[in-house]
Amino acid sequence: MSVVEITGGGVSLGGRPILRDIGLRVEQGEVVALLGANGSGKSTLVKAAVGLLPLSAGTARLFGEPVADFGAWDRIGYVPQRSTITQGVPATVREVVAAGRLARRRPFLPATAADRRAVTEALESVGLADRAQQTVSTLSGGQQQRVLMARTLAGGPELLLLDEPLAGVDLISQHAMADALEARARAGATIVVVLHELGPFEPLIGRTVVLREGRVVYDGAPTGLLGLSHDVHCEPVEQAAAVVPPLRGPLGEEG
Amino acid sequence: MFDALSYDFVLRALVAGAVTGLAAPAIGTYLVQRRLSLLGDGIGHISVTGVALGLLTGTSPTWTAIAMAVLGAVVIEVIRATGKASGDVALALIFYGGIAGGLMLVSFAGNGAVRLNTYLFGSIVSISRADVWVTVILALVVIGLCVALMPQLFSVANDEDFARTTGLSVRFYNVLISVLAAVSVSVAMRTVGLLLVSALMVIPVATAQQFARGFRVTMLSAMAAGLLASVIGVGTSAYVDVPPGATIVLVALAGFAVTAPVGLVLQRRRTARVPFDLTAEPEPHRVEEAHRHRHGPGCGHVGVEHGDHIDYIHNGHRHAVHGGHYDEH
Repeated sequence: MSVVEITGGGVSLGGRPILRDIGLRVEQGEVVALLGANGSGKSTLVKAAVGLLPLSAGTARLFGEPVADFGAWDRIGYVPQRSTITQGVPATVREVVAAGRLARRRPFLPATAADRRAVTEALESVGLADRAQQTVSTLSGGQQQRVLMARTLAGGPELLLLDEPLAGVDLISQHAMADALEARARAGATIVVVLHELGPFEPLIGRTVVLREGRVVYDGAPTGLLGLSHDVHCEPVEQAAAVVPPLRGPLGEEG
Repeated sequence: MFDALSYDFVLRALVAGAVTGLAAPAIGTYLVQRRLSLLGDGIGHISVTGVALGLLTGTSPTWTAIAMAVLGAVVIEVIRATGKASGDVALALIFYGGIAGGLMLVSFAGNGAVRLNTYLFGSIVSISRADVWVTVILALVVIGLCVALMPQLFSVANDEDFARTTGLSVRFYNVLISVLAAVSVSVAMRTVGLLLVSALMVIPVATAQQFARGFRVTMLSAMAAGLLASVIGVGTSAYVDVPPGATIVLVALAGFAVTAPVGLVLQRRRTARVPFDLTAEPEPHRVEEAHRHRHGPGCGHVGVEHGDHIDYIHNGHRHAVHGGHYDEH
């Protein structure tokens, strides 16, 4: 039984096809990087996999269940790319992270000692334990991204789906997140992560899937991509100015 | 001096005011979180039709108002959830239809217009013993659900997509927030009045979030501020001949004005803790001359996020990549 299984998957947004005929199987314990240029459909694929977007064609299953009927949400952990956690009424870091336990909690019942411990451990794993009582909006962008990851880790999911967790994130936070993910991977979790470059996640990644214009154009070992992420920052200064790493070869650039 | 009768009505009004002052900001906190601060206002407008129906047909305006308010709140939520581009206009149509329909209906009801006024702006002399019971019970339901379901309601209001992936029924909780808002409007109309009810839902929250760091503390402080404003407003209205609704709202606003300077200082102190003040004007373009070192991961310099790029701390100042050189930040 695959953890994630999408067959002939298509997604249309506003009548425009974003994903076409996607076939993707992720087995238990795999760590998969989803790569591709902007607009290639990586985020859409992750959202469709967890049922946030409906499929216009094909089927999507989680742990063998069709997504529409899926109920074991405590096994799933989704980390969105952008979030609304800083909007509106102020919320503390701990309050936001505690929302990650709700798949395991029942309405009207107070949080158990296990819930509180899981929240504390999740905060520690991303290095934000000392910020627990701080308002989320006073954190830097990288720290906020770590809060989103801690929220998901607090639920103790078997499958983690992360949508561009490194986008616009400082190096300290990048490494903090890579360490937290590595611990989950060692514990046997399945991880699907959308990335622009492998960065500090590189040692973790066992397989890469590259999307281009809504289709899978590469699915296999990350060997062909190794070193790419480092090159970008270590090349001469003139080229380092390009903030977005150029995507070549199997990554789907023309020519 | 009050005789027994007037003492009784003051007591009734104080009880109704107190529970209203607690319930309105409790649900208001979720409305502010969901950026629906004006939802209470809209529901209040719709309730005018409900009250008018009650006055016209001789049934209790409280129940007809609740029925209309809940119906209106659910329709508003459905329009919002379907995300139609014209949703904003659709809401305006419903709001004004509600208030105009109410005024029209009440004109058929003889002296109904005078009684409608007590619902529009609140009136402490018109609250009967039965009204107080209904108000207290409904307010307790609103407060109870707002507090007991705080983890779920907070999660849905804070990040809808994520809440969905934890198995929460986002639609159910969103409708629940709308229905609770509708019930609190009906609760509040006897003291604050339909036209000012939204103020009691929003102003205490605005006051609380100036100094509160978290959601829970914001809600509890807002409830305390709402209680205080309500009791002072109703009490004043009992001694001096002023409408209770306006008094409550003005007291609540005064509370906001008094705490605003404190909030400003706290806010400053908090922004100082943010790694970089991204709202500040960027410094004039200063190029770091003759820089041979290339910054990158593992280059030995600490990288710090600054908006859309990373600065590297270099001899106590910050370097940012710009074209073929480094800028001083």
